[in-house]
Amino acid sequence: MLQLALEVGQTAKPEAVMFWILGPLAVVASLAMLLVKKAVHSAILMAFVMVILAIFYIAQDAAFLGIVQIVVYTGAVMMLFLFILMLVGVDSSDSLTETIRGLRPIAITAAVGFGGLMVSLLGQATIGRSAVGLSGANAEGNVQGIAKLLFSTYVWPFEVVSALLITAALGAMVLAHHQRTTTRPTQRQLSIDRFRGDSLGTAAGLPGPGVYARHNAVDVPALLPDGTPAAASINASLEARGDMLDYKKFELSEINTKVEEEK
Amino acid sequence: MDASNYLYISALLFTIGAVGVVVRRNAIVVFMCIELMLNAANLSFVTFSRINGDLNGQIMAFFTMVVAACEVVVGLAIIVTIYRSRRSASVDDASLLKR
Repeated sequence: MLQLALEVGQTAKPEAVMFWILGPLAVVASLAMLLVKKAVHSAILMAFVMVILAIFYIAQDAAFLGIVQIVVYTGAVMMLFLFILMLVGVDSSDSLTETIRGLRPIAITAAVGFGGLMVSLLGQATIGRSAVGLSGANAEGNVQGIAKLLFSTYVWPFEVVSALLITAALGAMVLAHHQRTTTRPTQRQLSIDRFRGDSLGTAAGLPGPGVYARHNAVDVPALLPDGTPAAASINASLEARGDMLDYKKFELSEINTKVEEEK
Repeated sequence: MDASNYLYISALLFTIGAVGVVVRRNAIVVFMCIELMLNAANLSFVTFSRINGDLNGQIMAFFTMVVAACEVVVGLAIIVTIYRSRRSASVDDASLLKR
């Protein structure tokens, strides 16, 4: 696989084919990242873009960076993102409605302007110049070449970066550490709160979801005796995600509840 | 194939990432868009390294990756902290200084 990618990088034609397939895919995936509603889908598309970038690195004789990209980004960073997404859950901020009026047209206009400027600038800067290629610099191997630079010219920045990593790890620990300001409520205290609270409605626990005999699933709220749905029976995150089924479909008024006496 | 094609795609990805930072409201998606911008810059570094036949660009991309990893760790910790106190990951909700 790696060898194939390296060969792709060294010959002109296969690289062009790879570029014109993967390049548009990367742009489409990153555009879709902005347009999809759910943050989890954004994360998956982001991982896809990062894998494509890793392939681009490998195709450009940067095998070490390509592997590091997959290990660090799709492996560690994206998993961290997904983990935090699971922790934070879904809320109203996932919706795509704009809160500042006129923000979206302004942003798109600015982006088109900025992108056009960059592209035209690049066109002016690099036209008529062919790439030198890394076959000279990579003569002893890409990893060896990078190691030689990293441990001679860049050894001081390398050490500083290690200090930065330790600082970041400590900082994350300090930020994420949560010190309890009140004592943990005991079983006894929880029980007293349940029965001495404002209403006895939840004294026996929250109602379970589903309407027995019609649709016994977690995405349908239970019906109270008067036929109204019990909001507390549904998980709040299901409601926020919009994955709740319409309870009206399962309302008891549809079926004939009249009891006929058998003769 | 002209290596500068990679630069065009890098510029496009950077622009898309910038739009995402401005338009999206979920702090985590905003953060992912920042990552996209960093990655686009990395692609430029690698491409310039190839155009110039010099490994220094790849070293720079390597350092960018390390700094980006640190940034993700601290940034996500901040998001979790904000979520814990405000019960929301929306960048619009954090407006205490306004009032």
